[in-house]
Amino acid sequence: MTYDNHKNYNRYSYKNKKDVSSLVLRFIVQAAAFVTISILVVIVAFILIKGIPNISRELFEWEYTIGNVSMMPSIINTMLMTLLTLLAAVPIGVGCAVYLAEYAKKGSRLVKLIRLTTQTLTGIPSIVYGLFGYLLFVITLKWGYSLLAGAFTLAIMVLPVIVCTTEEALLSVPDTFREGSFGLGAGRVRTIFHVVMPSAVPGILGGIILAVGRIVGETAALIFTAGTTAAVPGNLFSSARTLAVHMYCLLGEGFYTNQAYATAVILLVVVLGINGLAGWAAGKLKAK
Amino acid sequence: MRQGGEKAAQFLFFLCACISVFSVVLICLFLLINGVPAIKNIGIENFLVGMQWKPLENLFGILPMMLGSIFVTGGAILVGVPLGILCAVYMTNFCPKPLYRMLKPAINLLAGVPSIVYGFWGLMVIVPIVRQLFGGSGKGILTASLLLGFMVLPTIIGVTETSLCAVPRTYYEGALALGATHERSVFFALLPAAKSGILAGVILSVGRVLGETMAVIMVAGNQAAMPQGITSGVRTMTANIAMEMAYASGLHKDALIATAAVLFLFILIINLCFTLLYEKTI
Repeated sequence: MTYDNHKNYNRYSYKNKKDVSSLVLRFIVQAAAFVTISILVVIVAFILIKGIPNISRELFEWEYTIGNVSMMPSIINTMLMTLLTLLAAVPIGVGCAVYLAEYAKKGSRLVKLIRLTTQTLTGIPSIVYGLFGYLLFVITLKWGYSLLAGAFTLAIMVLPVIVCTTEEALLSVPDTFREGSFGLGAGRVRTIFHVVMPSAVPGILGGIILAVGRIVGETAALIFTAGTTAAVPGNLFSSARTLAVHMYCLLGEGFYTNQAYATAVILLVVVLGINGLAGWAAGKLKAK
Repeated sequence: MRQGGEKAAQFLFFLCACISVFSVVLICLFLLINGVPAIKNIGIENFLVGMQWKPLENLFGILPMMLGSIFVTGGAILVGVPLGILCAVYMTNFCPKPLYRMLKPAINLLAGVPSIVYGFWGLMVIVPIVRQLFGGSGKGILTASLLLGFMVLPTIIGVTETSLCAVPRTYYEGALALGATHERSVFFALLPAAKSGILAGVILSVGRVLGETMAVIMVAGNQAAMPQGITSGVRTMTANIAMEMAYASGLHKDALIATAAVLFLFILIINLCFTLLYEKTI
């Protein structure tokens, strides 16, 4: 995406023209980039340096007790929550993208409405999702604080991510694939599932990985939907805290700072790893 | 038979597509059904411009929280926007390719850090520094602005980069041909041409900051009182909901939902501005 302007940089830069303001501009830009990168490095380094010494085997015991605020139940809950959310969000999100990319007439009023609402969903703050999930699932449907309420709330939240990436992936499949398939006598559904989808899989996967990153890092939308019980739930209707909520609870109680550091490390490594994976998948896709 | 299958499949996909419309309608409905009666009950004036939030005395004025949100957002924009734009300019026009290949993923990673981790870092690093420099608790508008300003950097950098690259290359070359240096061409030909895209990025960031909850709770101090200065503690609308929802009931709870409705309205307006601007540029 970059210009190759940096190549012109030595040829036409202040060096040849003795222009002070150009020198200043160049300095400002470099300083800004330096500051941005320093902030990034400081955040990651600080969490790692403070956190890694605090990671101990006790923090991975199966039981959470007041004496040992183990994060193991929360880790398991996070996996359950991710799985449930994806089960709800992926079929719907992919279905929505298929409709937009394969069926809908471009520019129809309905498509515009769907796009507008998808964009709106992207912008809604997670605390508003949390409140909505609380009002709909916890209160109105009487599910109480539960894994399921949390998963459904998050599913709505990550829906736009999946829709956007899947649609992009579907649109990047050349039309000749579809024409070839139709020409061989396949119907629309068969074409979608056997020809278009397989070529779009890497893009769809990238979107799912991004969604996983958001689910794992989410706190505000879960506190009032999935609640904060620190145990592996017996069924879908029991409360369960994920790792991010666990960290919030530790900080709220005030005397678990060291454990919070350790949790932060795990959270950071997992989320950055997942996002790195998504970036790598996207890169692969482009290279193809 | 096969025709029927095709029809059914199309209908199924159509249903999936309608879920996002349906969700937005549901969210609006739930916020309005619970929020509007509360606002009526409290009195729209008392609610929107009331300066006191004391649930125990039935005083539900959200002006302090609205101002808190606005000040923190403004501060974060002041911190994040100049830094982000300059960084994006560096990345697109000054940065050697090999360095760019390292910078870009790093900035993308910065976007993935969970907000609770940001908040924790702010609490442990920025709060003590501000406390040392300005006294007081260290939690307040300044701290929150700095932290949220850092948080929106990836957003601003991403959008600015896209809009800078969308400017025709001839602009830059024209400036060079007229004798401008590389630096001047970038700043006075490319940057102004990209300004509506950059503005869209700023608006997007405003939405992000306004909706941020977990990071801001950790560092803003959360006093439900009118902001007094840049180091005074404030509570944002999001923090208000997140902190009190756990134990609120009755009118108090409805007032919190009404707060969310107001926040939602802010976000809708901001989103609309963003969509209009961004579609114009790209």
